[in-house]
Amino acid sequence: MLPDIPRDRQLGILRKMLMIRRAEEHVIRFNEDYEGLLRGHFHVYIGQEATGVGACEALKPDDYVFSTHRNHGHVIAKGGDPGKVLAEIIGRETGYCSGRAGTFHVAAPDLKIIHTSAIVGGCLALAAGTALASQVQETSTVSVVFFGDGAMEEGVFYEALNIAKLWDLPLIFLMENNYRRAGRSGSSHSAKELANVARALDVETTIVDGDDVGAVYKATTELVRRTRAGEGPLFLEAQTHPWPGNESTHPKLVAGTTDIKWAWDAGAVPENVRSWYADGDPVLRFARELVSGGAARREDIEQLDTAVREQADAAARFALESPLPDPKDAVKFAYAGRGN
Amino acid sequence: MPQEMTIGEALVGAVGEALEHDRRVVLIGGGLVSSGPGQAAFARLRQKFAKRMKSPPIAELGYCGIAAGAAMAGLRPLVDIGTATFSYEAIPQIVNEAAIAYSNSGGQTNVPVTYFMRYGIRGGGGVQHSGSPQSWYWNTPGLQLAMPASPADAKGLLRTALLRSQDPTIFFAHERLMNERGVVPDGEYEIPFGQAEVKREGRDVTIIATGVQVPRALRAAEILSKEGVSAEVVDPRTVQPLDKTALLASVKKTGRALVTDESHDNCGVAAGLAAIIADEGFTSLRAPVKRVSIPPVPVPYAVPLEDFVTPTVERIVEVARALVKDR
Repeated sequence: MLPDIPRDRQLGILRKMLMIRRAEEHVIRFNEDYEGLLRGHFHVYIGQEATGVGACEALKPDDYVFSTHRNHGHVIAKGGDPGKVLAEIIGRETGYCSGRAGTFHVAAPDLKIIHTSAIVGGCLALAAGTALASQVQETSTVSVVFFGDGAMEEGVFYEALNIAKLWDLPLIFLMENNYRRAGRSGSSHSAKELANVARALDVETTIVDGDDVGAVYKATTELVRRTRAGEGPLFLEAQTHPWPGNESTHPKLVAGTTDIKWAWDAGAVPENVRSWYADGDPVLRFARELVSGGAARREDIEQLDTAVREQADAAARFALESPLPDPKDAVKFAYAGRGN
Repeated sequence: MPQEMTIGEALVGAVGEALEHDRRVVLIGGGLVSSGPGQAAFARLRQKFAKRMKSPPIAELGYCGIAAGAAMAGLRPLVDIGTATFSYEAIPQIVNEAAIAYSNSGGQTNVPVTYFMRYGIRGGGGVQHSGSPQSWYWNTPGLQLAMPASPADAKGLLRTALLRSQDPTIFFAHERLMNERGVVPDGEYEIPFGQAEVKREGRDVTIIATGVQVPRALRAAEILSKEGVSAEVVDPRTVQPLDKTALLASVKKTGRALVTDESHDNCGVAAGLAAIIADEGFTSLRAPVKRVSIPPVPVPYAVPLEDFVTPTVERIVEVARALVKDR
């Protein structure tokens, strides 16, 4: 659905979704085209853009966001610079974390993404901690923690949820159900509906179509309003559909670069992945919604995509041309204080 | 006027001052002391600062992570985990999140959290309540380790952790030392991390001792002095950062080193300190560096078994005697 916001913000949402797609297409090309540039395996957010962008659109700049191993999209969704994201992914000094974090742990403290864990449930308790800080400092800031369905297999999920509820913390648990677990399909959980786990702790839950950016924006806006008002933690499940290129530890551009024209010409999509792009792709879906809702013409959207691609290309060049960290600085950030 | 008090009272005093001075200080967990006069003092604090005292459920993993996150967002939390072995439940959040965030962010995210825990062989704690995880945490870059052995050091070091530090600190108080008495200087003061103190001067052998081993080493030095052996006792006070200069200077003076800590022999704190002395102080040494710590067995319950594995005054004396016999 089209989010109920001014047209320029609607187009801003599409711009961010496209930027995530274009930036991550570069990440995959870094792996495919440059031997040894990406040192190990990596994960991308392609196919989940609607959830990250829709949710972050509902936040204020000072609100905390926590992410996962699939963080590139969340950082861009919170307003991140794609050049600094790509530079971090390939370990450059100009990256968000000066090359210390790499693809798994991109943090952007100036965007209030203060730490990123690649342990699937690693940030759940930390997010309850930033929410506690907001409560103690009596600010109106809220925290949102993104995590996948797999994180609900870890014990820290239960402990963080329980304490957040006991202490009425201003926190949204935003579970991105991508029905994918470390190469297997679906998480291993005895609960048939994962939201029931949160319900058992008396945390109110909402389930939303995670491919529908307008629906995610609407749901998050309402939940953020309520937790900001002191209603305690709330749980949002965004249901998404795994992108077919993401089936291995090294994602592949199974359909090549996404062509924005596929939004109106499904027949042009390579046949093996046609159903995902025609029905499941949240970016193309929103492009169609903007056109059918009268917010933009096809050519407006194609122009926007061209502009985003140019920006993403420039970001990739910036990353590739950026210097690597100085080996003498390898132990520089062990301690803020004297350390040793 | 300087006052005599227990370590427990000194710790509670430091917490009270920190809560008073800095609104960012919050306490998550118990009351630091489980017995003695510190308990009443803590009960008064809990009333006065109720809003900044959080009593979590039995969820070490959850609340240790919450404290780390709160620290990242600008608070200065003190977490009382209670018995040090309970922190094993929270290792993922302490070791794999709190300790790494500053480094991972390229120096942007500070985590000024203090994890307080009572460690060591308390007497009858058995295999799960006698733990000494200081060597685990020392093997975790990003964490600081404070191990005070006197009320004065306990107060000064805890104030530094709560009010000055920008990095996560594991604060070890030995269960058997909580009611140890000593004189605490008047007024507010902090002891910077990374400053060892020579607790007793000597010429013949250096005893480097941490935490509960400091009073044991001082008693050992007393016994040795009656035998004509002059032992110097050096307390690093913080294992990380470590005042290597002071340790090496003492070894240079005496030419012999005994290192004692109440963690296990294998990769323990004593082993780590011994390695530094062997590596960087080899030319000062007239005898091999010796360790007095816990043999590699889970700490057993029955009295004679527990006594056997404890690094006692007698074991320190015995090893020191052997070290100086060719003097």
